[in-house]
Amino acid sequence: MVFFKLLRHSPLSARIGLAMVLLNVFAALLAPVIAPYGETEIVGDVWLPSSLDHLLGTDHLGRDMFTRLTYGARNTIVIAFATTLLSFIIGALIGFFAAVIGGWIELAVSRIVDILMAFPTLIFALMALSVVGTSVVALILVIAVLDSTRVFRLSRAVAMDINVMEFVEAARLRGEGIFWVMRKEILPNAMPPLVAEFGLRFCFVFLFIAALSFLGLGIQPPTADWGGMVRENAGAITFGIFTPLWPAGAIAFLTVGVNLIVDWFLKITSGLKD
Amino acid sequence: MKDIFTMVIKRLGLGLMTIIVISILIFVGVDALPGDVAQAILGQSATPETVAAFRKELKLDLPPHIRYFAWLNSIAKGDLGNSLANGRPIKDLIGWRFANTLFLASSAAVIAIPLAIILGLLAALYRDTLFDKAISTTTLSAISFPEFFVAYILIALLSVKLVVFPSISNINDQMPFWHKIDAIVLPSLTLTFIVTAHMMRQTRAAVINVLASSYVEMARLKGLKRMRVIVVHAFPNALSPVINVVALNLAYLVVGVVIVEVVFVYPGLGQLLVDSVAKRDIPVVQASGLVFAAVYISLNLLADILSILSNPRLLHPKSK
Repeated sequence: MVFFKLLRHSPLSARIGLAMVLLNVFAALLAPVIAPYGETEIVGDVWLPSSLDHLLGTDHLGRDMFTRLTYGARNTIVIAFATTLLSFIIGALIGFFAAVIGGWIELAVSRIVDILMAFPTLIFALMALSVVGTSVVALILVIAVLDSTRVFRLSRAVAMDINVMEFVEAARLRGEGIFWVMRKEILPNAMPPLVAEFGLRFCFVFLFIAALSFLGLGIQPPTADWGGMVRENAGAITFGIFTPLWPAGAIAFLTVGVNLIVDWFLKITSGLKD
Repeated sequence: MKDIFTMVIKRLGLGLMTIIVISILIFVGVDALPGDVAQAILGQSATPETVAAFRKELKLDLPPHIRYFAWLNSIAKGDLGNSLANGRPIKDLIGWRFANTLFLASSAAVIAIPLAIILGLLAALYRDTLFDKAISTTTLSAISFPEFFVAYILIALLSVKLVVFPSISNINDQMPFWHKIDAIVLPSLTLTFIVTAHMMRQTRAAVINVLASSYVEMARLKGLKRMRVIVVHAFPNALSPVINVVALNLAYLVVGVVIVEVVFVYPGLGQLLVDSVAKRDIPVVQASGLVFAAVYISLNLLADILSILSNPRLLHPKSK
């Protein structure tokens, strides 16, 4: 209910952002209902222009672009979401733990994370994928672990501030265990910054997976996925056919939407200062 | 002076440490690879004896720590080993491509840095005006776009609709300088667009931060002219964060180049890395990864050192 109250006073940009994200979620959930053809069904000639039969034309194998785009929403968004979620579970768990327990463990974990963060993520991911090979599970694991370093930094910083509060001390004196303190005292209080960060990390992970798929090292065909679809249809552009712009635009559309919401959320939680 | 010197030495040591740890990570990661390099090179038909002999030749029979130091030693001597895919020395594969990558990245940096700083300053000075809002919205969209979206829009506009620039940037050493420039206009523009957006947003935030501080308010309340407040009071204090922003974005630029190189088939290090990952040509992946890491870490280090130099307060951190 608080959400709707906030929404009523939200700026136009946030509402547009919300609409953009909802449209994507809608497409992802209802892909089989909306899509006029099957995900990998070949329905006509290669790179047909848009028509009533094929709203956005066809792709490099003669599959319906609109169908691929809706299924792509499902695959791309679900995988990016799962990765972000996993990265938050890993990052927040270790971050809270390090902050609560302190001492040399915290120091050691922080140093390791510092070193991992000193290395460009894309290069790291490319090297890791060259070792473990390309599969969806490997992709999710590699990116989640790499990205959790950023989550760790934030959750540790937030948890350290909460950890010195009186109510945490009170819980400790009552004799509560470390995990109880993490779950019941730290987590609820750390939620707002973590939620905003979740939006930002999701954008990053989403773009990252799209980039890897575009490089041919992410989600593998024939699964419809936006990054991969850009790669497959890239050749069309030199013939003056703008098919690859559709999936690329879809990626941009969703990230702009999420960013608009995050911007608004950050403004609310930071007390409207700029 | 002495403080600055020890600080620089300390940071350099830290950077070197990081590179060493990364090199260990790279080495261990590849060592954990399922399968055997010797087997992979010789193929399935090789007899166990040949494989064993070849393993000995590659020194794969030695324990890992000895191999690691041997690897490090040969890298220090400039010998990066040979590619698995075509047997050529990796040094020859990487050298000229790396120069190309730096050429592309610096061409983008030359335009992006002044543009981003000027736009960022203006947006901060005239914040909440229409100008600021327009710029903020544009840059927010720009950082949400995948690099290849920007690249393909530019190709569609400037290479297909108006046939002005080539969509493929296949440059080589024989080309005269101006042809090279013509060939890299589109990839360079793509990079410029994205890096400018990032840099401009951060510059704006940094400058606003300084403008909101009490000494700037004091200067204004004293009745100083707007120009004097900005040049004398705000600028020196904004310098440190802005330099930091620039150096960090240069690091981003060197890595962001990977995707752009693939889009425009530009013969750079990023393209080589991606191809080698697909071919699982591990020694090339290792070497180019190490080069990227070294550049990235050095630029981050530079950001650190420059921001401390331009802000003496950071030299003497208050004890916690």
